[in-house]
Amino acid sequence: MNALLYEYTMPGGHHWSLRMRRGNLLRLTDVAGGANVGMLCYNPENLLERYNAPDTLKAQHTFRLGLGNCLYSDMGRSMASIIEDSHGWHDTVCGNLSKRQCREQYGHHSYQTHRNGWTLSGEESFLVELGKYGLGERDMAANVNFFSKVISDDNGKLHYDDSACQAGAQVTLRFDMDALVLLHSCPHPLNRASEYPRRRVQVQLLTGDPISDGDVCLNHRPENRRALENNRLYYQDARPSFLVDGGQHDSGK
Amino acid sequence: MIRESERTLSQARERQVVDAGDYYIGILRAGETLRITDLEGNQAADTLFYNAADPAERYSATDTICQQGNVYLGAGSVLISSRGNPMLDVVADTCGRHDTVGGACASESNTVRYDLARRCMHSCRDSWMLAIAEHEEYGLDKRDITHNINFFMNVPITADGGLQFADGISAPGKYVELTARMDVIVLMSNCPQLNNPCNGYNPTPVELAVWDH
Repeated sequence: MNALLYEYTMPGGHHWSLRMRRGNLLRLTDVAGGANVGMLCYNPENLLERYNAPDTLKAQHTFRLGLGNCLYSDMGRSMASIIEDSHGWHDTVCGNLSKRQCREQYGHHSYQTHRNGWTLSGEESFLVELGKYGLGERDMAANVNFFSKVISDDNGKLHYDDSACQAGAQVTLRFDMDALVLLHSCPHPLNRASEYPRRRVQVQLLTGDPISDGDVCLNHRPENRRALENNRLYYQDARPSFLVDGGQHDSGK
Repeated sequence: MIRESERTLSQARERQVVDAGDYYIGILRAGETLRITDLEGNQAADTLFYNAADPAERYSATDTICQQGNVYLGAGSVLISSRGNPMLDVVADTCGRHDTVGGACASESNTVRYDLARRCMHSCRDSWMLAIAEHEEYGLDKRDITHNINFFMNVPITADGGLQFADGISAPGKYVELTARMDVIVLMSNCPQLNNPCNGYNPTPVELAVWDH
Protein backbone atom coordinates (compact mmCIF):
# COMPACT_ATOMS: atom_id res chain seq x y z
CA MET A 1 0.00 0.00 0.00
CA ASN A 2 1.47 3.34 -1.02
CA ALA A 3 0.87 6.06 1.57
CA LEU A 4 0.66 9.66 0.39
CA LEU A 5 3.38 11.65 2.13
CA TYR A 6 2.94 15.02 0.46
CA GLU A 7 1.11 16.65 -2.39
CA TYR A 8 1.77 19.90 -4.25
CA THR A 9 0.51 21.38 -7.49
CA MET A 10 3.19 23.26 -9.42
CA PRO A 11 1.65 26.06 -11.48
CA GLY A 12 2.83 26.18 -15.11
CA GLY A 13 6.13 27.99 -15.66
CA HIS A 14 7.49 27.44 -12.14
CA HIS A 15 10.20 25.41 -10.48
CA TRP A 16 10.92 23.39 -7.35
CA SER A 17 13.55 21.10 -5.93
CA LEU A 18 13.36 18.44 -3.27
CA ARG A 19 15.24 15.61 -1.69
CA MET A 20 13.81 12.22 -2.60
CA ARG A 21 14.50 9.34 -0.27
CA ARG A 22 15.48 5.99 -1.66
CA GLY A 23 12.47 3.71 -2.01
CA ASN A 24 9.88 6.47 -2.13
CA LEU A 25 7.78 7.35 -5.16
CA LEU A 26 7.35 10.59 -7.09
CA ARG A 27 4.12 10.72 -9.07
CA LEU A 28 3.59 13.48 -11.65
CA THR A 29 0.18 14.22 -13.14
CA ASP A 30 -0.48 16.42 -16.16
CA VAL A 31 -3.61 17.96 -14.68
CA ALA A 32 -5.12 19.70 -17.71
CA GLY A 33 -3.09 18.25 -20.59
CA GLY A 34 -0.22 19.80 -22.54
CA ALA A 35 2.26 19.90 -19.64
CA ASN A 36 6.02 19.53 -19.76
CA VAL A 37 8.03 18.67 -16.65
CA GLY A 38 11.78 19.19 -16.82
CA MET A 39 13.70 17.07 -14.32
CA LEU A 40 17.34 16.72 -13.28
CA CYS A 41 18.70 14.42 -10.53
CA TYR A 42 21.90 14.49 -8.48
CA ASN A 43 23.30 12.20 -5.81
CA PRO A 44 23.27 14.33 -2.64
CA GLU A 45 26.26 12.38 -1.26
CA ASN A 46 28.31 13.15 -4.38
CA LEU A 47 26.94 15.97 -6.49
CA LEU A 48 29.23 14.95 -9.36
CA GLU A 49 27.07 11.88 -9.86
CA ARG A 50 23.99 12.84 -11.83
CA TYR A 51 21.33 11.72 -14.23
CA ASN A 52 22.94 10.82 -17.53
CA ALA A 53 20.64 10.85 -20.52
CA PRO A 54 23.04 9.22 -23.04
CA ASP A 55 23.79 6.32 -20.69
CA THR A 56 20.09 5.92 -19.99
CA LEU A 57 19.17 5.76 -23.66
CA LYS A 58 21.97 3.59 -24.94
CA ALA A 59 21.83 1.06 -22.11
CA GLN A 60 18.15 0.49 -22.79
CA HIS A 61 18.36 0.86 -26.59
CA THR A 62 15.69 3.53 -26.62
CA PHE A 63 15.21 7.10 -27.78
CA ARG A 64 12.26 7.71 -25.44
CA LEU A 65 11.47 6.97 -21.81
CA GLY A 66 8.43 5.08 -20.58
CA LEU A 67 7.23 2.26 -18.39
CA GLY A 68 10.05 -0.12 -17.45
CA ASN A 69 12.89 2.31 -18.06
CA CYS A 70 15.43 3.16 -15.39
CA LEU A 71 17.06 6.59 -15.23
CA TYR A 72 20.80 5.94 -15.02
CA SER A 73 23.45 8.01 -13.35
CA ASP A 74 26.84 8.42 -14.98
CA MET A 75 28.18 5.92 -12.41
CA GLY A 76 26.25 2.93 -13.71
CA ARG A 77 23.44 3.04 -11.18
CA SER A 78 19.69 3.45 -11.42
CA MET A 79 18.69 6.76 -9.86
CA ALA A 80 14.99 6.13 -10.46
CA SER A 81 12.70 3.66 -12.22
CA ILE A 82 9.51 4.40 -14.18
CA ILE A 83 7.14 1.94 -12.52
CA GLU A 84 3.86 3.42 -13.83
CA ASP A 85 3.25 5.45 -16.97
CA SER A 86 0.01 6.26 -18.75
CA HIS A 87 1.66 8.65 -21.22
CA GLY A 88 4.19 6.34 -22.83
CA TRP A 89 6.72 8.70 -24.36
CA HIS A 90 8.95 11.13 -22.50
CA ASP A 91 11.81 13.06 -24.12
CA THR A 92 15.34 13.35 -22.78
CA VAL A 93 17.35 14.62 -25.75
CA CYS A 94 15.96 18.11 -26.36
CA GLY A 95 17.03 19.85 -23.15
CA ASN A 96 15.59 23.15 -22.02
CA LEU A 97 13.90 26.20 -23.34
CA SER A 98 16.67 28.81 -23.14
CA LYS A 99 16.18 32.30 -21.79
CA ARG A 100 16.90 33.68 -25.27
CA GLN A 101 14.39 31.42 -27.06
CA CYS A 102 11.77 32.05 -24.38
CA ARG A 103 11.92 35.81 -24.95
CA GLU A 104 11.99 35.48 -28.73
CA GLN A 105 9.08 33.05 -28.88
CA TYR A 106 6.80 34.23 -26.10
CA GLY A 107 7.86 37.84 -25.58
CA HIS A 108 9.32 39.34 -22.44
CA HIS A 109 6.89 39.20 -19.55
CA SER A 110 8.94 40.28 -16.58
CA TYR A 111 8.23 39.76 -12.93
CA GLN A 112 7.83 43.57 -12.59
CA THR A 113 4.99 43.64 -15.07
CA HIS A 114 3.40 40.21 -14.70
CA ARG A 115 4.30 39.00 -11.18
CA ASN A 116 3.78 35.23 -11.03
CA GLY A 117 2.53 35.32 -14.60
CA TRP A 118 6.02 36.09 -15.93
CA THR A 119 7.41 33.88 -18.68
CA LEU A 120 10.31 31.96 -17.21
CA SER A 121 12.51 29.56 -19.19
CA GLY A 122 13.48 26.08 -18.08
CA GLU A 123 17.12 27.18 -18.26
CA GLU A 124 16.60 29.99 -15.73
CA SER A 125 14.46 27.72 -13.55
CA PHE A 126 17.18 25.08 -13.31
CA LEU A 127 19.88 27.70 -12.66
CA VAL A 128 17.86 28.97 -9.70
CA GLU A 129 17.42 25.49 -8.23
CA LEU A 130 21.01 24.39 -8.99
CA GLY A 131 22.32 27.39 -7.08
CA LYS A 132 20.65 26.19 -3.89
CA TYR A 133 23.00 23.20 -3.78
CA GLY A 134 26.20 24.94 -4.79
CA LEU A 135 25.77 23.85 -8.40
CA GLY A 136 25.73 25.96 -11.55
CA GLU A 137 25.62 26.00 -15.31
CA ARG A 138 28.52 23.54 -15.57
CA ASP A 139 26.33 21.00 -13.79
CA MET A 140 23.31 21.38 -16.07
CA ALA A 141 23.14 18.13 -18.00
CA ALA A 142 20.46 16.95 -20.43
CA ASN A 143 17.19 16.72 -18.51
CA VAL A 144 14.10 14.58 -18.83
CA ASN A 145 11.04 16.27 -20.35
CA PHE A 146 8.09 14.32 -18.97
CA PHE A 147 4.88 14.33 -21.04
CA SER A 148 6.72 15.57 -24.16
CA LYS A 149 6.72 13.29 -27.18
CA VAL A 150 9.42 13.98 -29.77
CA ILE A 151 9.63 11.68 -32.78
CA SER A 152 12.57 11.26 -35.16
CA ASP A 153 12.09 10.29 -38.79
CA ASP A 154 14.59 8.14 -40.71
CA ASN A 155 16.69 11.21 -41.49
CA GLY A 156 16.80 12.31 -37.87
CA LYS A 157 14.37 15.20 -38.34
CA LEU A 158 12.49 15.85 -35.11
CA HIS A 159 8.77 16.37 -34.67
CA TYR A 160 7.15 17.53 -31.40
CA ASP A 161 3.77 15.83 -31.13
CA ASP A 162 1.54 18.30 -29.30
CA SER A 163 -1.48 16.02 -29.63
CA ALA A 164 0.09 13.50 -27.26
CA CYS A 165 -0.46 15.42 -24.02
CA GLN A 166 -3.76 14.30 -22.53
CA ALA A 167 -5.29 15.61 -19.30
CA GLY A 168 -4.72 13.19 -16.44
CA ALA A 169 -1.58 11.59 -17.89
CA GLN A 170 0.53 10.23 -15.08
CA VAL A 171 4.04 8.91 -14.54
CA THR A 172 5.41 7.39 -11.33
CA LEU A 173 9.09 7.14 -10.46
CA ARG A 174 10.50 4.91 -7.78
CA PHE A 175 13.75 6.38 -6.49
CA ASP A 176 16.46 3.72 -6.35
CA MET A 177 18.92 6.19 -4.81
CA ASP A 178 18.58 9.18 -2.54
CA ALA A 179 18.43 12.10 -4.95
CA LEU A 180 18.27 15.84 -5.24
CA VAL A 181 15.49 16.35 -7.74
CA LEU A 182 15.07 19.58 -9.70
CA LEU A 183 11.74 20.16 -11.40
CA HIS A 184 10.28 22.84 -13.62
CA SER A 185 6.96 23.14 -15.42
CA CYS A 186 8.23 25.36 -18.26
CA PRO A 187 7.47 24.66 -21.94
CA HIS A 188 9.39 22.14 -24.02
CA PRO A 189 11.94 23.80 -26.35
CA LEU A 190 10.30 22.33 -29.46
CA ASN A 191 6.80 23.47 -28.51
CA ARG A 192 5.91 25.95 -31.25
CA ALA A 193 2.97 27.59 -29.42
CA SER A 194 3.00 31.35 -29.83
CA GLU A 195 1.52 31.91 -26.38
CA TYR A 196 3.45 30.60 -23.38
CA PRO A 197 1.79 27.29 -22.43
CA ARG A 198 1.14 27.45 -18.70
CA ARG A 199 0.20 23.93 -17.60
CA ARG A 200 0.01 22.90 -13.96
CA VAL A 201 1.43 19.64 -12.69
CA GLN A 202 0.45 17.72 -9.59
CA VAL A 203 3.42 16.31 -7.69
CA GLN A 204 2.80 13.55 -5.15
CA LEU A 205 5.29 11.85 -2.85
CA LEU A 206 4.37 8.36 -1.73
CA THR A 207 5.95 5.49 0.11
CA GLY A 208 7.06 2.68 -2.19
CA ASP A 209 7.27 -1.07 -2.05
CA PRO A 210 10.54 -3.03 -2.10
CA ILE A 211 11.68 -4.25 -5.50
CA SER A 212 10.09 -7.61 -6.12
CA ASP A 213 11.09 -10.43 -8.47
CA GLY A 214 8.33 -9.33 -10.82
CA ASP A 215 9.32 -5.65 -10.90
CA VAL A 216 8.61 -4.12 -14.29
CA CYS A 217 11.88 -2.17 -14.40
CA LEU A 218 14.06 -4.96 -13.05
CA ASN A 219 12.77 -7.25 -15.78
CA HIS A 220 12.56 -4.70 -18.59
CA ARG A 221 16.17 -5.28 -19.64
CA PRO A 222 19.09 -7.27 -18.23
CA GLU A 223 20.98 -3.96 -18.04
CA ASN A 224 18.52 -2.71 -15.41
CA ARG A 225 19.19 -5.77 -13.26
CA ARG A 226 22.91 -5.04 -13.37
CA ALA A 227 22.37 -1.33 -12.65
CA LEU A 228 20.32 -2.25 -9.57
CA GLU A 229 23.11 -4.62 -8.54
CA ASN A 230 25.46 -1.61 -8.76
CA ASN A 231 23.04 0.23 -6.45
CA ARG A 232 23.28 -2.69 -4.03
CA LEU A 233 27.08 -2.36 -4.06
CA TYR A 234 26.84 1.40 -3.49
CA TYR A 235 24.57 1.04 -0.46
CA GLN A 236 26.12 -2.31 0.49
CA ASP A 237 22.76 -3.86 1.06
CA ALA A 238 22.39 -7.50 1.94
CA ARG A 239 21.60 -9.45 -1.18
CA PRO A 240 17.96 -8.79 -2.14
CA SER A 241 15.71 -11.65 -3.19
CA PHE A 242 15.65 -10.61 -6.84
CA LEU A 243 19.36 -11.30 -7.21
CA VAL A 244 19.53 -14.75 -5.58
CA ASP A 245 19.27 -16.38 -8.99
CA GLY A 246 20.77 -14.65 -11.98
CA GLY A 247 22.48 -11.80 -10.19
CA GLN A 248 25.40 -12.12 -12.59
CA HIS A 249 22.99 -12.28 -15.47
CA ASP A 250 24.73 -11.88 -18.81
CA SER A 251 23.11 -10.05 -21.70
CA GLY A 252 24.23 -12.72 -24.17
CA LYS A 253 25.97 -10.19 -26.38
CA MET B 1 25.17 14.61 -47.11
CA ILE B 2 28.70 14.11 -48.38
CA ARG B 3 30.75 17.26 -48.76
CA GLU B 4 34.42 16.92 -49.67
CA SER B 5 37.10 19.33 -48.55
CA GLU B 6 39.35 21.41 -50.76
CA ARG B 7 42.10 21.45 -48.16
CA THR B 8 45.25 19.42 -48.71
CA LEU B 9 47.12 17.70 -45.94
CA SER B 10 50.43 19.08 -47.16
CA GLN B 11 49.24 22.56 -46.18
CA ALA B 12 48.13 21.58 -42.66
CA ARG B 13 50.14 23.30 -39.96
CA GLU B 14 49.93 20.30 -37.67
CA ARG B 15 49.21 16.58 -38.01
CA GLN B 16 48.97 14.07 -35.22
CA VAL B 17 47.89 10.45 -34.92
CA VAL B 18 45.85 9.57 -31.83
CA ASP B 19 45.91 5.86 -31.06
CA ALA B 20 42.83 4.02 -29.86
CA GLY B 21 42.57 4.37 -26.10
CA ASP B 22 44.52 7.65 -26.08
CA TYR B 23 43.20 11.16 -25.66
CA TYR B 24 43.88 14.51 -27.30
CA ILE B 25 43.46 17.86 -25.62
CA GLY B 26 44.39 21.12 -27.31
CA ILE B 27 43.24 24.53 -28.49
CA LEU B 28 41.69 25.28 -31.86
CA ARG B 29 41.67 29.03 -32.57
CA ALA B 30 38.75 30.89 -34.14
CA GLY B 31 39.02 30.51 -37.92
CA GLU B 32 41.16 27.38 -37.75
CA THR B 33 39.94 24.10 -39.18
CA LEU B 34 40.32 20.66 -37.64
CA ARG B 35 40.04 17.50 -39.71
CA ILE B 36 39.52 14.16 -37.97
CA THR B 37 40.31 11.22 -40.23
CA ASP B 38 39.14 7.69 -39.51
CA LEU B 39 42.35 6.02 -40.70
CA GLU B 40 41.25 2.39 -40.71
CA GLY B 41 37.45 2.77 -40.57
CA ASN B 42 34.72 1.94 -38.05
CA GLN B 43 36.32 4.04 -35.33
CA ALA B 44 34.48 6.38 -32.97
CA ALA B 45 36.09 9.65 -31.86
CA ASP B 46 34.31 10.84 -28.69
CA THR B 47 34.73 14.61 -28.62
CA LEU B 48 33.88 17.55 -26.35
CA PHE B 49 34.42 21.26 -27.06
CA TYR B 50 34.73 24.16 -24.59
CA ASN B 51 35.05 27.91 -25.01
CA ALA B 52 38.78 28.33 -24.32
CA ALA B 53 38.19 31.72 -22.68
CA ASP B 54 35.51 30.35 -20.34
CA PRO B 55 35.09 26.54 -20.28
CA ALA B 56 31.77 26.89 -18.43
CA GLU B 57 30.46 27.47 -21.94
CA ARG B 58 30.68 24.17 -23.79
CA TYR B 59 29.29 22.10 -26.63
CA SER B 60 25.67 21.31 -25.90
CA ALA B 61 24.19 18.26 -27.58
CA THR B 62 20.66 19.28 -26.55
CA ASP B 63 20.93 22.86 -27.87
CA THR B 64 22.54 21.63 -31.09
CA ILE B 65 19.83 19.01 -31.64
CA CYS B 66 17.02 21.48 -30.88
CA GLN B 67 18.41 24.33 -32.96
CA GLN B 68 18.86 22.21 -36.09
CA GLY B 69 15.72 20.12 -35.37
CA ASN B 70 17.68 16.97 -36.12
CA VAL B 71 19.49 14.37 -34.01
CA TYR B 72 22.33 13.65 -36.44
CA LEU B 73 25.35 15.79 -37.23
CA GLY B 74 26.83 16.22 -40.70
CA ALA B 75 28.06 18.79 -43.22
CA GLY B 76 26.23 22.04 -42.55
CA SER B 77 25.63 21.34 -38.87
CA VAL B 78 26.49 24.17 -36.51
CA LEU B 79 27.68 23.02 -33.09
CA ILE B 80 25.88 25.14 -30.51
CA SER B 81 27.14 25.96 -27.03
CA SER B 82 25.33 25.70 -23.73
CA ARG B 83 24.79 29.48 -23.98
CA GLY B 84 23.25 29.19 -27.43
CA ASN B 85 26.27 30.47 -29.36
CA PRO B 86 27.72 28.84 -32.50
CA MET B 87 31.04 27.18 -31.63
CA LEU B 88 32.09 25.29 -34.75
CA ASP B 89 30.76 24.60 -38.24
CA VAL B 90 30.95 21.16 -39.83
CA VAL B 91 32.40 22.32 -43.16
CA ALA B 92 33.22 18.98 -44.77
CA ASP B 93 32.22 15.39 -44.16
CA THR B 94 32.79 12.25 -46.19
CA CYS B 95 31.12 9.95 -43.66
CA GLY B 96 27.56 11.33 -43.84
CA ARG B 97 26.31 11.06 -40.28
CA HIS B 98 27.66 11.46 -36.75
CA ASP B 99 26.00 10.73 -33.41
CA THR B 100 25.51 13.04 -30.45
CA VAL B 101 22.88 11.10 -28.50
CA GLY B 102 24.74 7.96 -27.44
CA GLY B 103 27.36 9.52 -25.18
CA ALA B 104 30.68 7.98 -24.25
CA CYS B 105 31.56 4.60 -22.82
CA ALA B 106 32.58 4.40 -19.16
CA SER B 107 33.81 1.53 -17.04
CA GLU B 108 30.71 2.01 -14.87
CA SER B 109 28.26 1.92 -17.76
CA ASN B 110 30.14 -1.05 -19.24
CA THR B 111 29.20 -3.02 -16.10
CA VAL B 112 25.56 -2.24 -16.86
CA ARG B 113 25.59 -2.65 -20.62
CA TYR B 114 27.70 -5.79 -20.87
CA ASP B 115 28.62 -7.48 -17.63
CA LEU B 116 29.71 -6.58 -14.12
CA ALA B 117 33.07 -8.17 -14.95
CA ARG B 118 33.74 -5.54 -17.68
CA ARG B 119 34.53 -2.84 -15.12
CA CYS B 120 38.25 -3.28 -15.76
CA MET B 121 37.99 -2.48 -19.46
CA HIS B 122 39.34 0.84 -20.74
CA SER B 123 36.76 3.47 -21.62
CA CYS B 124 36.37 6.96 -23.05
CA ARG B 125 35.40 8.59 -19.79
CA ASP B 126 38.49 7.10 -18.14
CA SER B 127 40.57 8.66 -20.95
CA TRP B 128 38.92 12.03 -20.29
CA MET B 129 39.56 11.72 -16.54
CA LEU B 130 43.25 11.20 -17.26
CA ALA B 131 43.30 14.06 -19.76
CA ILE B 132 41.84 16.60 -17.34
CA ALA B 133 44.07 15.37 -14.51
CA GLU B 134 47.22 15.60 -16.63
CA HIS B 135 46.26 18.99 -18.07
CA GLU B 136 45.05 21.08 -15.17
CA GLU B 137 45.96 24.19 -17.19
CA TYR B 138 42.61 23.93 -18.99
CA GLY B 139 40.67 24.19 -15.73
CA LEU B 140 38.38 21.24 -16.44
CA ASP B 141 37.04 18.79 -13.87
CA LYS B 142 34.50 16.00 -13.81
CA ARG B 143 31.51 18.37 -13.81
CA ASP B 144 32.67 19.53 -17.24
CA ILE B 145 32.51 16.04 -18.69
CA THR B 146 29.21 16.30 -20.49
CA HIS B 147 27.34 14.88 -23.47
CA ASN B 148 29.68 14.51 -26.39
CA ILE B 149 29.80 13.98 -30.13
CA ASN B 150 30.68 10.54 -31.45
CA PHE B 151 32.31 11.27 -34.77
CA PHE B 152 31.95 8.40 -37.27
CA MET B 153 29.41 6.59 -35.10
CA ASN B 154 26.03 5.58 -36.49
CA VAL B 155 23.18 5.36 -33.99
CA PRO B 156 19.95 5.12 -35.99
CA ILE B 157 16.74 6.21 -34.26
CA THR B 158 13.49 4.64 -35.34
CA ALA B 159 10.10 6.37 -35.69
CA ASP B 160 8.73 4.27 -32.82
CA GLY B 161 11.45 5.54 -30.51
CA GLY B 162 14.01 2.75 -30.71
CA LEU B 163 17.76 3.32 -30.78
CA GLN B 164 20.21 0.98 -32.46
CA PHE B 165 23.96 0.69 -32.40
CA ALA B 166 24.58 -0.13 -36.00
CA ASP B 167 27.76 -1.17 -37.68
CA GLY B 168 29.70 1.95 -38.62
CA ILE B 169 29.01 3.72 -41.88
CA SER B 170 32.55 5.02 -41.81
CA ALA B 171 35.42 3.48 -43.77
CA PRO B 172 39.20 3.91 -44.02
CA GLY B 173 40.13 7.49 -44.89
CA LYS B 174 36.73 9.07 -44.22
CA TYR B 175 36.94 12.40 -42.48
CA VAL B 176 35.03 15.24 -40.92
CA GLU B 177 36.19 18.87 -40.86
CA LEU B 178 35.21 21.58 -38.42
CA THR B 179 35.98 25.29 -38.49
CA ALA B 180 35.98 27.04 -35.13
CA ARG B 181 33.91 30.20 -34.63
CA MET B 182 35.53 30.87 -31.24
CA ASP B 183 38.73 29.69 -29.56
CA VAL B 184 37.86 26.20 -28.34
CA ILE B 185 39.43 23.48 -26.24
CA VAL B 186 39.15 20.16 -28.06
CA LEU B 187 38.96 17.14 -25.75
CA MET B 188 38.87 13.85 -27.58
CA SER B 189 38.95 10.24 -26.53
CA ASN B 190 39.78 7.88 -29.36
CA CYS B 191 37.41 5.18 -28.26
CA PRO B 192 38.82 1.91 -26.89
CA GLN B 193 35.40 0.21 -26.83
CA LEU B 194 35.74 -3.54 -27.43
CA ASN B 195 32.22 -4.57 -26.54
CA ASN B 196 30.05 -3.37 -29.41
CA PRO B 197 30.22 -2.88 -33.17
CA CYS B 198 30.86 0.87 -33.05
CA ASN B 199 34.55 0.07 -33.53
CA GLY B 200 34.05 -3.23 -35.29
CA TYR B 201 35.48 -4.75 -32.04
CA ASN B 202 38.85 -3.43 -33.22
CA PRO B 203 39.73 0.10 -32.02
CA THR B 204 42.07 1.86 -34.47
CA PRO B 205 43.93 5.20 -34.73
CA VAL B 206 42.52 8.50 -35.97
CA GLU B 207 44.51 11.39 -37.41
CA LEU B 208 44.03 15.04 -36.54
CA ALA B 209 45.10 17.78 -38.92
CA VAL B 210 44.80 21.54 -38.35
CA TRP B 211 44.80 24.34 -40.93
CA ASP B 212 45.31 27.97 -39.99
CA HIS B 213 42.34 28.99 -42.11
